[in-house]
Amino acid sequence: MQTSFINIEEIRKDFPILKRKVHKDKPLVYLDNAATTQKPIQVIEAISNYYMNYNSNIHRAVHELAEEATLAYETTRDKIAKFINAKNREEIVFVRGTTEAINLVAYAWGRQNINKDDIIVTTEYEHHSNIVPWQLVAKEKGAKLEYIGVDDNGELILDHLDTYLKTGKVKLVTFSQMSNVLGTITDSEEIVKRCKAHGVRVLIDGAQSVPHLKVDLQKLDCDFFAFSAHKMLGPTGVGVLWARKELLQAMVPFNGGGDMIREVHKYETTWNDLPYKFEAGTPNIADVIGFAAALDYLDKIGMDKVREHEMELTKYALDKLSQMKGIVLYGPKDITKRGGVISFNLGDIHPHDLATIIDEDGIAIRSGHHCAQVLMERLDVSATSRASFYIYNTKEEVDVFIRSLNRAKELFKL
Amino acid sequence: MSSADIYREIILDYYRNPRNYGKIPDPDIAQRDSNPLCGDELEMHINIKDDKVSDVKFTGKGCAISQASASLLTELIMGKDFDYVKKLTKEDILDNLGLHDLGPARIKCALLSLKVLKSGLYSYLVDKIKDTASADKIKEEASGLY
Repeated sequence: MQTSFINIEEIRKDFPILKRKVHKDKPLVYLDNAATTQKPIQVIEAISNYYMNYNSNIHRAVHELAEEATLAYETTRDKIAKFINAKNREEIVFVRGTTEAINLVAYAWGRQNINKDDIIVTTEYEHHSNIVPWQLVAKEKGAKLEYIGVDDNGELILDHLDTYLKTGKVKLVTFSQMSNVLGTITDSEEIVKRCKAHGVRVLIDGAQSVPHLKVDLQKLDCDFFAFSAHKMLGPTGVGVLWARKELLQAMVPFNGGGDMIREVHKYETTWNDLPYKFEAGTPNIADVIGFAAALDYLDKIGMDKVREHEMELTKYALDKLSQMKGIVLYGPKDITKRGGVISFNLGDIHPHDLATIIDEDGIAIRSGHHCAQVLMERLDVSATSRASFYIYNTKEEVDVFIRSLNRAKELFKL
Repeated sequence: MSSADIYREIILDYYRNPRNYGKIPDPDIAQRDSNPLCGDELEMHINIKDDKVSDVKFTGKGCAISQASASLLTELIMGKDFDYVKKLTKEDILDNLGLHDLGPARIKCALLSLKVLKSGLYSYLVDKIKDTASADKIKEEASGLY
């Protein structure tokens, strides 16, 4: 059985890890894709091919290996620009991941532009990586951090945004395009529109959205955009910060060192061009090259198809889950407003106990606060269980998952 | 160990009907800790009288293992000599819970209560009875639990 949108059987053949068994003889049912996705053989081979055949440092040396490596590394930048529809390749800065991208903005833009009594607006469903960096800036500058609330349907209460914007003190609004806990897809274009009307800068955390939706920066019209490779078939340790060219030009460097300079003298240094001004030191060359293979893979399938497949799978799972006695499901009920992330609690079984039990059946889900303790407080729970899908998940796997949840209920005598 | 072995009647009973749940006003020992990885929280209050644990209570939220372990630990130490409490080991806790061979992720849940107890004892020994030699030993034990 497969969804009508993509050929899952063919796709699954590309993922070596999906062939392995866990707990001796259980086929792996990997439903922790919001944490990190598995990697297709194409990505793994691109990385080993670099190390086996043209490993060298980039940008400086003139030998053939360096030229090949530089070309492969820079080609990834072009592919990313195309993937998210960025206008300029020099607006694409390689970082370690979404967390580093947001910290870069907080450090290199935030500290220059946010002052005493200014307001930074984030939301109650942010990952800690889009809260803590702003707490640091707010504390240092004597600025205020405010939150757009989440309603009972798991959606943002945009009236809160208007209230803050009216004060005239907001310098930045920063939010996730898709909640990593609720799966809620943020009405990003509407938020950006309201912010632009007040001349307020916008950062969008795309860690959960870029892997699952078609993202078009020209439509979004935000100022900063961050995402990670490892949540979209790529390797760990690579992420992207996209920012408007004029902002990157005005920003101070994040790290000082090699590759980010034009000329270094004893007491003065001039900066390299964009984006190299923000890429000090030898970057993660191998994994950036591996990321290109992940982008090619997703391009071949088509992001519209990815989205349709996940919607069908999520609907299938939600229909079954909502019939279970004692289950509490979080997030929007409307399938068009959410991605393939399902958070829930089952009776009084704590998520850690639940994850331990179903792990025995080969099922990998996430349990805990998902680095979103502000949201946990809002939901008034200490933790949730979370199943999240990707292109290689099947309806049969959802069935195995449901059967295993029923076994957990039996063990807990529910 | 398998889930069927972990989630036996005794664990579920301690989880759903925690013993000595609550707070003591103005206790001799008040200690709180959490497990940053899963967010399990635990606070333990203890009164000491005539070198014995005269009262102990706990509050917390978390998985069945962490809460059952805290619940059982309060029963283990209630009314016991202070020396007995100082000497409690992680094996004592795991034996009493019947939990052996827990994986590295879950053993932290089982030992959070003992960590809270040992950290509380440390503060008590240092602040109230100025026994820094015993205190240091207890502190070392507490940090070795995870």
